[in-house]
Amino acid sequence: MTLIAQILTSFVASAAFGLLFNAPKSSLIKGGFVGMCGWMIYYVMEASGIDVVVATVTASFFIAVISQVFAKMYRTPVIIFSVAGIIPLVPGGLAYDAMRNFVQNDYNNAINLAAKAFMISGSIAVGLVFSEVINQIIRHSTLTRRQKQ
Amino acid sequence: MENQTSYAYDIIQVCLLAGKVMLQNGGETYRVEDTMTRIADAYGAAHSNSYVTPTGIIFSIEGPEPSKTQLIRISDRTTDLDKVTKVNSISRRISSGDLSIQEAYNELYRLDKMTERYTFPKQLIAASVASGCFLIMFEGQWDDFVPAVLAGGGGFYSVTLFNRLVPIKFFSEFLASFIIGLLAVLFVTLGLGEQLDKIIIGSVMPLVPGLLITNAVRDLMAGHLISGLSKGAEAFLTAFAIGAGIALVVSFL
Repeated sequence: MTLIAQILTSFVASAAFGLLFNAPKSSLIKGGFVGMCGWMIYYVMEASGIDVVVATVTASFFIAVISQVFAKMYRTPVIIFSVAGIIPLVPGGLAYDAMRNFVQNDYNNAINLAAKAFMISGSIAVGLVFSEVINQIIRHSTLTRRQKQ
Repeated sequence: MENQTSYAYDIIQVCLLAGKVMLQNGGETYRVEDTMTRIADAYGAAHSNSYVTPTGIIFSIEGPEPSKTQLIRISDRTTDLDKVTKVNSISRRISSGDLSIQEAYNELYRLDKMTERYTFPKQLIAASVASGCFLIMFEGQWDDFVPAVLAGGGGFYSVTLFNRLVPIKFFSEFLASFIIGLLAVLFVTLGLGEQLDKIIIGSVMPLVPGLLITNAVRDLMAGHLISGLSKGAEAFLTAFAIGAGIALVVSFL
């Protein structure tokens, strides 16, 4: 039951964010799908006791892969799909918690939370960059193979 | 000679306009540079250099004559993926040779002036529903769904309203998060909601600079150090505004 609720809400939330970012109408559903896949990977990994950072890297990697496939299929920039997909992973809650602790003068807790938020946003970026690098390597190798023929 | 000089400036104009539209609407730094280089290349300027920061672009073309450089200032930034997509398709058409310089400039100019967005009620509904969904995703209870939807909607409405009244982004975000905090506390004291923290986190999500934080780290990794740092500063300011607004409410409890 909770899993179904998670699937549903992550889909709707990602699609809604696509709308807020003024993504083209036809890409809203696809953006929602990308976000749903990413969040489910993250959610299942986190629920089975894997570290949050590892779960985030994996999820953002897959988000980027799916976005690149979509981008190639529909000849649009990758960012349209990946932005909406990444939003659920972004440590907004953590950043908020950190800020709240800062202004309440609880600096120890605040630094802890801020460091964690920074780690997670870093790992989102690592996942994205990693999949981009792989994509480039694949494209490069097919190009050189074609040139040899 | 005279003609050639003005031709080079025309190329720069088209490239800068394309870069400006992309950067203003949330395109990534490397994509902006890539697009400008491609356009210049398609018009026959093989050697071009660009320097892209979130607040301005410098672009120069080298040739047989002395190299020419122009600068464009970028003052306001939003996220409008539709425009990024359209610039991308225009640059594809330029690369395949379908557009002359004049046509390309006209199309980009029209795109820059155009405001084709979803209507405000639609955006408001999207932000409200997203707030409720985030509450569930962060393991809140369904009882808190409606309060989060209302608080998130109220927050989004006020940030748009204040953005129109005050041109300072920091201030409007601060006020909006203050209102979110107020609404959330109100709902909880009235007995409509249970977990104050979850409601606030869910409804704050449409304001949180998540995209900025991620883009900042990504730019840093790609070697765009200036862009990365300045985007990080922008994200930090926004996060600080939101945190301060909420904290103001919480400190009264």
